[in-house]
Amino acid sequence: MTFWAIQTLNGVSFGMLLFLLAAGLSLIFGLMKILNLAHGSYYLLGAYVALSVTAATGSFLVAAAAGTAAVVGLGIVMERVFLRRLPHDELPQALLTFGFLLIVGDVSLAIWGGTPQTLPKPALFEASLRFGPLVFPSYRLFVIGVGAVVGLALWLLQERTRLGAMLRAAIDDADIARATGINVSLLSTGVFAFGAGLAALGGIIGGPLLGVYPGADFEILLLAFVVVIVGGLGSLKGAFVGGLLVGLLDNFGKALFPQLALFTIFAPMAIILAVRPSGLFGAR
Amino acid sequence: MRAVLAGAVGVVLLAVVPLGLSSYQLGLLTKMLIFALFAMSLNLILGYAGLPSLGHAAYFGVGAYTVGLLAVKVVDNFWLDFGAGLLAAGVTSALFGLLALRARGAYLLMITLALAQVLWGIAFGWRWLTGGDDGLPGVPRPGAGLPWSLGGGLAFYYFVLLVFLGLTLALWVVVRSPFGRALVGIRESERRMEVLGYDTWRYKYVAFVLAGVVAGASGNLFVYYNGFVSPAYLSIVFSAMALIMVILGGAGTLLGPALGGAVIVLLENVISAHTERWLTVLGLIYVLVTLFAPAGIMGFVRARLRGRLA
Repeated sequence: MTFWAIQTLNGVSFGMLLFLLAAGLSLIFGLMKILNLAHGSYYLLGAYVALSVTAATGSFLVAAAAGTAAVVGLGIVMERVFLRRLPHDELPQALLTFGFLLIVGDVSLAIWGGTPQTLPKPALFEASLRFGPLVFPSYRLFVIGVGAVVGLALWLLQERTRLGAMLRAAIDDADIARATGINVSLLSTGVFAFGAGLAALGGIIGGPLLGVYPGADFEILLLAFVVVIVGGLGSLKGAFVGGLLVGLLDNFGKALFPQLALFTIFAPMAIILAVRPSGLFGAR
Repeated sequence: MRAVLAGAVGVVLLAVVPLGLSSYQLGLLTKMLIFALFAMSLNLILGYAGLPSLGHAAYFGVGAYTVGLLAVKVVDNFWLDFGAGLLAAGVTSALFGLLALRARGAYLLMITLALAQVLWGIAFGWRWLTGGDDGLPGVPRPGAGLPWSLGGGLAFYYFVLLVFLGLTLALWVVVRSPFGRALVGIRESERRMEVLGYDTWRYKYVAFVLAGVVAGASGNLFVYYNGFVSPAYLSIVFSAMALIMVILGGAGTLLGPALGGAVIVLLENVISAHTERWLTVLGLIYVLVTLFAPAGIMGFVRARLRGRLA
């Protein structure tokens, strides 16, 4: 009983981190048809910058703001300066972002070294909560809360606001949206920056749980890809459900079949692909 | 005619040059040939049929692991092991092709990546069989079952060269055949080919499997060359490297990707000797090539030739 409850909590909190990444990945693809492989870099860089700023200031909030801001800046530069110069073709775009993935990972290794490090938890969430015989670390509940709030905010934004309507219009048909006076160019930069920021946030709040280390960028990127493949590219709901599913599979896989940990994620994904190539909630 | 002449000069050079090389240089040249072959295999689907794959390492890795596992743990017989490596790569690409080729564009990239990750996960997690992250060491050079041993550097080089030339010739025949022409037609406009009555899926599928087998051959050669294989050779980094080799050389030209593969291997060796930041340099190559040289080396050469003639 305790085992199941704890593992479920761990799985759900990890699923929320994956959701933060997959949501950005999915939005960027939905609007610009860009497969952004540098998304893993945003996660890693956000966490590393936060790590340095925490060491300097001791404040988790300041560190989170700095990490997110740095990555949002990188995202804007990538979109405005680099990706805009490429033709609308998925392969050069993907390869360019892969170049950034390699560069950011290698430069981070040079700056922060190869030893795994852990971001300190904010003091507010150091404690554990007791529910009868169960003991939950409150920080995991905090992570779940952040994911739920972001998910709800994104949903409200997309469905209930003017900005969301413009976004949906541009995703549906960018040319028509442009013709009706929507500034799709600005919207694209905004979505790219926002997606990068979400990934950075994932790295920052995931840092105390998972640690920061070379290679974390690839690991999280690949899991986020599984999430969007399972959930369907361009679907917010898909990113949420997919995130939960992969988070739980990953946790129970590692706990129950440590030898086949990765296989327990990729095999169900292959099956879903075979049955529904566009994912659970993908349109197409 | 000029192309045939240039080809003949190239073959003679590849045959004669190694005689004057040090064993280190000879090893490097051998590796260049192996990776050139790997890049050419991806080019068949990417350059000719217009099918990008972010999981081409899968077939290279399956070939390498099959040969390695058989040679180390079952039986060290060249014909058996090499054949099994090709077969395993072919079966894998036949299976993956069924799943992947329903998608195109970015979806195809993602699905091929995800499928390759399944294999990476197995190689990484199944420690007792594959050695996990530590890889599979101790693969001997081919010798058993052959009339003479390929243990020496020069003998092994000529063996690799022979396979390379044979498969290059085979690819040349394929891309010049009506089948190859149909692939180009599909790349340019799949819809038009369908209207013309081509069963485009079947063409793409055959090309996909063929590319997998050739990639498997390069993986087979590599594990003999390296004596060792690890999950890195199934990873996204390796798959993406194959893509940049093809683009750097010039997608859709027969020999451009081979050149791209050779250049990347050479650069890795030279740059790694001077700095630990090879991956940064490799990343910069991705950025620069996609921004400034999308047609690759061959595209550049062709534009210059055209300029001179005009």
